[in-house]
Amino acid sequence: MTTTNTQEPEPERESESALAIAATGLRKAYGDKTVLDGIDIRVPAGTVFSLLGPNGAGKTTAVNILSTLIAADGGEARIAGHDLTAEAQKVRAAIGVTGQFSAVDGLITGEENMLLMADLHHLSKRDGRQVTADLLERFDLTEAAKKPAATYSGGMKRRLDIAMTLVGSPRIIFLDEPTTGLDPRSRHTMWQIIRELVSGGTTVFLTTQYLEEADQLADRIAVLDGGRLVAEGSAEELKRLVPGGHVRLRFSDPGSYEQAATALREATRDDQALTLQIPSGGTQRELRAILDWLDAAGIEADELSVHTPDLDDVFFALTATTATGATATAATGTAATGNQNSGNQNADKETVR
Amino acid sequence: MSTAGYAFRDNLTMLRRNLLHARRYPSLTLNLLLTPVILLLLFVYVFGNVMSAGITGGHADRSEYVAYLVPGILFLTVAMTSLGTAVAVCTDMTEGIMARFRTMAISRASVLTGHVIGSVIQTMTALVLVLGIGLAIGFRPDASPVEWLAAAGLMALVSLALTWLAVGIGLISPNPEGASNIGTPLVMLPFLSSAFVPVDAMPGWFRWFAEYQPFSPFIETLRGLLLGSGIGTQNAVLALGWGVALTVLGYLWSKARFSREHRQ
Repeated sequence: MTTTNTQEPEPERESESALAIAATGLRKAYGDKTVLDGIDIRVPAGTVFSLLGPNGAGKTTAVNILSTLIAADGGEARIAGHDLTAEAQKVRAAIGVTGQFSAVDGLITGEENMLLMADLHHLSKRDGRQVTADLLERFDLTEAAKKPAATYSGGMKRRLDIAMTLVGSPRIIFLDEPTTGLDPRSRHTMWQIIRELVSGGTTVFLTTQYLEEADQLADRIAVLDGGRLVAEGSAEELKRLVPGGHVRLRFSDPGSYEQAATALREATRDDQALTLQIPSGGTQRELRAILDWLDAAGIEADELSVHTPDLDDVFFALTATTATGATATAATGTAATGNQNSGNQNADKETVR
Repeated sequence: MSTAGYAFRDNLTMLRRNLLHARRYPSLTLNLLLTPVILLLLFVYVFGNVMSAGITGGHADRSEYVAYLVPGILFLTVAMTSLGTAVAVCTDMTEGIMARFRTMAISRASVLTGHVIGSVIQTMTALVLVLGIGLAIGFRPDASPVEWLAAAGLMALVSLALTWLAVGIGLISPNPEGASNIGTPLVMLPFLSSAFVPVDAMPGWFRWFAEYQPFSPFIETLRGLLLGSGIGTQNAVLALGWGVALTVLGYLWSKARFSREHRQ
């Protein structure tokens, strides 16, 4: 099911206790619509795991199941060593959740929201006030502390949301699309917050539809599409899955473009933009070879740029069936994997772009 | 602290949250309070003489009708404020913070009990206000301290019963408007009871319903306690029975609805 093969013969498999999240075969269907079709997730403690996928892939359902909000139809999971269903209350004591929609009480002030959390975590009055003041300060909310949360901007609500999640110092934090709808500055602030959490030893389970976000933050990334995990690995491993690297030559003169295109047989032509794409891994050696070749052929391009595969390439390649609106619905997962193996994902990618 | 101790603390926390909401946004409760107060003034000052003539058989005296009307208006107040509870619970369920509560290691029931206890406190406050207006326009109860205590107990029981029902209504309603609509029959019931006119004045086929539905026994029992008119064992038993039964029913219903899966 997962296309990465780096994981199988791992000699020192993490012991069960070192896994913050261990889920096998999670399934969930609403009516005859399968949302999760048996997914396995293993997240070592103290790492960031990112579930990446397009809208409707089942990311939120996965978070809702793992955070005890809804029950799975099948499969089992242990969170912080506790069984998800049999010891739900113990799981809840170990986790903090920031859902996709702000889980703040809009009718009361930011400070009152924080004190509410402190009370529900059974902190003493003094500790509660201390934690509240510290977190409000840390999340730059001290000034707005006495205003009703409903009056906060999107970014402020998100920050309050995460601050509330942190009141009980949870060991595992679920963040469901924490930066969706945030401006670039707020997004970077959020990333900084997440990095700080991890450096403090917290395990973070993050869902996102932004590839850059997963690239920036996650130790491991799983790509969810149509209820199945279609790939899993580090950002580097995933990028290696798709051969998207190339050198692009741009011409302004149609004559020299035509000449170059004839000389460079393996280049992909784009007659409209007068550009040629030459497959390349982007190493110094490969670049030099291309340059020498261009010189020898007497070709002078107006612009030369190097493109290495990024997670966008991976994303589009792996979730191609959804993106291109293919009619295969029942076998979305397998179709995506098949596509990738047959090596025609470049074509898919070009259609998408 | 023990689990029970934590659960108790969670209940207090949720109650505090509820009262904070009520204190900060009293307009919903005050709006609902307006209806019984307006009806009280309307029926006493506009219809009072006619009504009393009809009830006593010819002799028009609106001050007598005040005595007849106030107990009924008090229970109408309870019904109206419980409608507010249904709307408040429904609104709260659609708030994102509900998902947070469900993923925290807290006493689940505290989310509902916070609403219920908070609402009962609000209802009792509203009752004191309405009773105050009643006294101001000539309502003169002659109850002994024990009878006052019993009257307060009865009103608290009915508040509790209707509040639990309202919580259930709030939980099944898709949106606050829906909660208000589904709760409307509850508010109509006092009009179909002995609140405004004696059940004897109603058509025979309807009298049976008016006599045995919860509000008539509640109202007749309160009248007896506050004004010294005869209560009758049947009314007392029916009032207590309905109060306890509706409380248990509303509680079980609400609990079952709330334990269902989180609403997306």
